[in-house]
Amino acid sequence: MAIAEKQLLKHYKTMLVIRLFEERVEELFGKGVIRGTAHLAIGQEAIAVGVASALKEHDYITSTHRGHGHFIARGADPNRVMAEIYGKKTGYSGGRGGSQFMADLSLGFIGANGITGGSIPVATGAALSAKLKESGKVAICLFGDGASNQGTFHESLNMAATWQLPVVYVCENNLYAMSTHVKDAMAIENIAGRAIAYGMPGKVVDGNDLFAVHDAVSDACVRARGGEGPMLLECKTYRLSGHSRGDQCNYRDVEEVQEWGKSDPIVRLQTALLERGLLTGERDAEIRESVAAVVDQAVAFAEESEYPDVSTLEEGVFA
Amino acid sequence: MNEYSYMEALRSALRDEMLRDQDVFVMGEDIGIYGGAFGVTQGLLERFGKDRVINTPISEGGFTGVAVGAALTGSRPVVEIMFMDFVGLIMDQLVNQASKLRYVLGPQAKCPLVVRVACGAGRCYGPTHSQTLESWLAHIPGLKVVAPSTPSDADGLLRAAIRDDNPVVFIEHKLLYGEKGPVASPGGEPMPLGEARVVQEGDDVTVVAWSWMLAEAEKAAAELEEQDISVDLVDLRSLSPIDHETVVDSVKHTGRLLIVEEGYRTAGMSGEIAMRVFEQAFDYLEAPPRRLATPDIPIPASPILEKAAVPNTAAIVASVKDLMAYQG
Repeated sequence: MAIAEKQLLKHYKTMLVIRLFEERVEELFGKGVIRGTAHLAIGQEAIAVGVASALKEHDYITSTHRGHGHFIARGADPNRVMAEIYGKKTGYSGGRGGSQFMADLSLGFIGANGITGGSIPVATGAALSAKLKESGKVAICLFGDGASNQGTFHESLNMAATWQLPVVYVCENNLYAMSTHVKDAMAIENIAGRAIAYGMPGKVVDGNDLFAVHDAVSDACVRARGGEGPMLLECKTYRLSGHSRGDQCNYRDVEEVQEWGKSDPIVRLQTALLERGLLTGERDAEIRESVAAVVDQAVAFAEESEYPDVSTLEEGVFA
Repeated sequence: MNEYSYMEALRSALRDEMLRDQDVFVMGEDIGIYGGAFGVTQGLLERFGKDRVINTPISEGGFTGVAVGAALTGSRPVVEIMFMDFVGLIMDQLVNQASKLRYVLGPQAKCPLVVRVACGAGRCYGPTHSQTLESWLAHIPGLKVVAPSTPSDADGLLRAAIRDDNPVVFIEHKLLYGEKGPVASPGGEPMPLGEARVVQEGDDVTVVAWSWMLAEAEKAAAELEEQDISVDLVDLRSLSPIDHETVVDSVKHTGRLLIVEEGYRTAGMSGEIAMRVFEQAFDYLEAPPRRLATPDIPIPASPILEKAAVPNTAAIVASVKDLMAYQG
């Protein structure tokens, strides 16, 4: 099902929020304001928003170590995401999880995951719950090209196809697993081609095209919800930012980054909106101003929030 | 009280919990028509159908991860891992997924997952099918670990594990499956996790054991009784959390401690148990605590070697006598 026109500006704005949020995180790391690590999804916003826009309210979604955008697209409060990155009490995990370990089960967002490929069986299990409970829910599993070489990927897809589970596997192929190019990690052109080995359909999608991602995920969800089983979507994209803090990007050429920059998903959506007359320069400026305010507010919220009380350190290990 | 085998107790607990709660399902390799490698799930497929008795491909890491996802979304999976040696294949799911959900995500998340594993030597299955790796698991915050030694405990503790909202690794011993004993309340109540059981009271020496080692320790205690050595025998039952209080109280009474475990000696459970005794009952000790464990070797397949590797009744008797003879 195509995206309703009236939703498009909202999606555009969400993509801009993710972009600016990530840029701000990068800047704050650079200044030493926030600690630890963070994996940014600059350039991959169309997948986060395209996926989220195709889901129903109660569907499940699992994310990765590069998950801020997925979470925000799913409806997370940017204030609390930023606070979590800051290690503050008001963060989604009360500061215990950090950048790679957040969730909001009320949004069906059942977890980012610091282990590459770690969430693939978890999403599959959520789909198993949905099937057993006949809840009509679908689970969307986001992961990268690197994760598709983990055993969890192969084991999970095999089980999901065998048991016809309502799960959609969405691979964000950004060409690099940290520094390792897909060509150095697999002998195939398309990860989607692996689907046939498990007995499910696979499809290559332009991951920098919001419309393409939305449509592909929507169709896959309809199949899954209808009891026709899982599907593997491979969204081709590119991480315009480094892998994580401290990445000098010495494994790729500036030219390659520039070339992919021409396919920036936000620019592409902006162009499409302008062409369709759904956006004007003036409206665009207003939107960007409001997006800056959202991210400023997130930083202010995180700055002003308290750190967790150290006396709670050993609390809550068990339910 | 009715006599049940350890396996029958497990099977009836599984059946009852599945009847009691629609969210409970079992999954694992060959647990369907075959009934499980050791027969524990026999009859469950016929009774509950393949949606709730899920026979899996050989993908331990994958299906344990699936169970974590199912547990996080309102199901209560009970996973069977055929041999405890295979926990190597599921460690990420336990260590980085299941055990951390509650602490990090808070009350919104719970992971009511049970992973049943069959541990132990005694069947000459060789180095990769005979291990007892419980200390690996007890080391992980957020996991509960239990190891029942009797049919009654198998029944009560499995019910409790299934009803618990935390991930629980439930360690069964291959040699115990056929052992018979009274079951306090078949179809009855769960037993609390994390509580040791004083098997017999005694004055001279505390012996702490669990799982199959408890059976060896009971035989040793009977022999020692004939030699006028009175053993306070503690079945630890739960390896995480550990009921240190019961052990410490016993040592305060007897002044002597022997720990018997089937796991490897180095960085095993014994070191932890003894350290707590040092911390909390040092002044009561009349002799240095001792331990019996499997030496730091892979467990050999040959019957004569395997038998020599694992602590037994004779070794326990000898060790206790050494403790009693200690003069300082």
